[in-house]
Amino acid sequence: MQRYSGFGLAKHALSHHENWQRQWRNPTPKKRYDVIVIGGGGHGLATAYYLAKNHGITNVAVLEKGWLGGGNTARNTTIVRSNYLWDESARLYDHSLDLWKGLSQDLNYNVMFSQRGVMNLGHTLQDMRDIQRRVHANRLNGVDSEVILADQIKEIVPIIDTSKNARYPILGASWQKTAGVARHDAVAWGFARAADALGVDILQNTEVTGFKIRDGQVYGVHTNRGDIESKTIGCVTAGNSGVVAKMAGLKLPLESHPLQALVSEPLKPVLDTVVMSNHVHGYISQTDKGDLVIGAGIDGYLGYGQRGSYATVEHTLQAIVEMFPIFSRVRMNRQWGGIVDTCADACPILSKTQVKGLFFNCGWGTGGFKATPGSGHVFAASLAKGEMHPIAAPFSIDRFNTGALVDEHGAAGVAH
Amino acid sequence: MFYIHCPYCDEYRDEEEFHPKGQAHIARPEDPETCSDEEWGDYLFFRDNPRGIHHELWVHAIGCRKFFNITRNSASYEILETYRMGERPRFSAEHPQGESAEHGAAVNVADEAGRVADQEGVRA
Ligand SMILES: Cc1cc2nc3c(=O)[nH]c(=O)nc-3n(C[C@H](O)[C@H](O)[C@H](O)COP(=O)(O)OP(=O)(O)OC[C@H]3O[C@@H](n4cnc5c(N)ncnc54)[C@H](O)[C@@H]3O)c2cc1C
Ligand SMILES: [Zn+2]
Repeated sequence: MQRYSGFGLAKHALSHHENWQRQWRNPTPKKRYDVIVIGGGGHGLATAYYLAKNHGITNVAVLEKGWLGGGNTARNTTIVRSNYLWDESARLYDHSLDLWKGLSQDLNYNVMFSQRGVMNLGHTLQDMRDIQRRVHANRLNGVDSEVILADQIKEIVPIIDTSKNARYPILGASWQKTAGVARHDAVAWGFARAADALGVDILQNTEVTGFKIRDGQVYGVHTNRGDIESKTIGCVTAGNSGVVAKMAGLKLPLESHPLQALVSEPLKPVLDTVVMSNHVHGYISQTDKGDLVIGAGIDGYLGYGQRGSYATVEHTLQAIVEMFPIFSRVRMNRQWGGIVDTCADACPILSKTQVKGLFFNCGWGTGGFKATPGSGHVFAASLAKGEMHPIAAPFSIDRFNTGALVDEHGAAGVAH
Repeated sequence: MFYIHCPYCDEYRDEEEFHPKGQAHIARPEDPETCSDEEWGDYLFFRDNPRGIHHELWVHAIGCRKFFNITRNSASYEILETYRMGERPRFSAEHPQGESAEHGAAVNVADEAGRVADQEGVRA
């Protein structure tokens, strides 16, 4: 792999940037791999990268039915934070935040991780009590977190409406200074390029259509490009996980829902942090290009259509205009949907299954982008050792039968 | 945007009047006290989540406030039918073109009569 550098940029300028090498190979599938990862989103690619880098397992294939990052990875609103309530999730997301900090250097790829801070607003006394509780829990877990009040919010975000006569007055917020955003497709590409350089085969347009299972042990997959064998398979297929699980005769505690995002026409810089509100239900940030990136809640019904309903768009924009009356006349440029795999406790599944050798990494729902490096890191360790990594262990599928849920819903102000 | 026929109001109304409530026809275990953790967890949390034909429970929240069922394709979003509580769907993954109307109706009537008779103390 040719490393990217300032010097390289100058060198390629001399040949009019026409001689850059491809970022990754386009290999033909081998018959057999040590590990197969299904799903070429950020989590799958990160898993493959850490398998190769940290565990020396390089005979790995990533099977992606479409193109890299074409799932939720490059459809999300790119918010990265770690101020979750419970110990288990705080460990998982904070581990990820630690990896984000050095990710561009580690991958030699600019993922544009920008620690511009994230605030979660409170609009009622109960909101503020919940925020206090979560911030205290965060601090006990060593997660950067503080409570700020309306005047401090106004100082950080002058364009927000903190007046008392707002329909939903802003009383305060939790504030994680070290949180922020990253460029989502660069995350998929960066992991792909770095994994490929270590020998991982990245196979796009390769759809898994079934599993080969004998005596309760998985030993391969059927794909549209023929059968491929491996005794260790990690499924990292987000919204499609229920469909893939069914191919192995498994059922998951998941429902797949459309989640939408919108971007506006580009504006001059007006918002240099991320503002989220669970109460009026919307969140917003501004890209370096100037577009406002806006998102909100899922459509309540099951759906695989990668599009959402107009009613949801309307609610989302109502929330944004409630917080930022100044945006009332901004025009939206584009709108799209992704299919998020939601669990009842709003926490992911990182787990073995009843089929030996078959693991799932899914259930990230509306908020897994932030966890991309951490999830890949602990899932790779689990696949390498055949035992779940201690940070991943609480997120077993079994929790839905034992009752040991990690109930982030409601507790963490869990939107994304 | 869905335009949904409420089988109780017998009118097509805007999606905004309704709320989806998840997979339909999930029977509560007869005797929860004797359920294993396995059975209880399955009942509470595990879902079919199909890409394709799905039976789901909806409520006409700001209309008649009654619950009813929809058979819908979760990929194309096409609504194949709406039907009342206690009725059986005509369309299903096994019968994507629908069973004949007479068959469906006949089953409904027999079923519901049976269910009423089964309930102790119920006198029609
Ligand atoms: C609109 C929106 C906004 C969001 N905002 C945020 C946010 O601000 N912050 C945050 O942290 N998270 C956010 N999320 C959630 C986040 O995007 C996801 O949790 C995360 O990207 C999941 O990554 P993944 O790699 O697991 O899944 P994906 O990127 O969806 O990758 C799964 C891949 O599996 C492939 N696949 C599926 N079936 C098969 C098969 N049979 N064979 C081969 N390949 C298959 C798919 O094509 C897909 O590429 C948002 C999501 C959406 C939709
Ligand atoms: Zn009605």
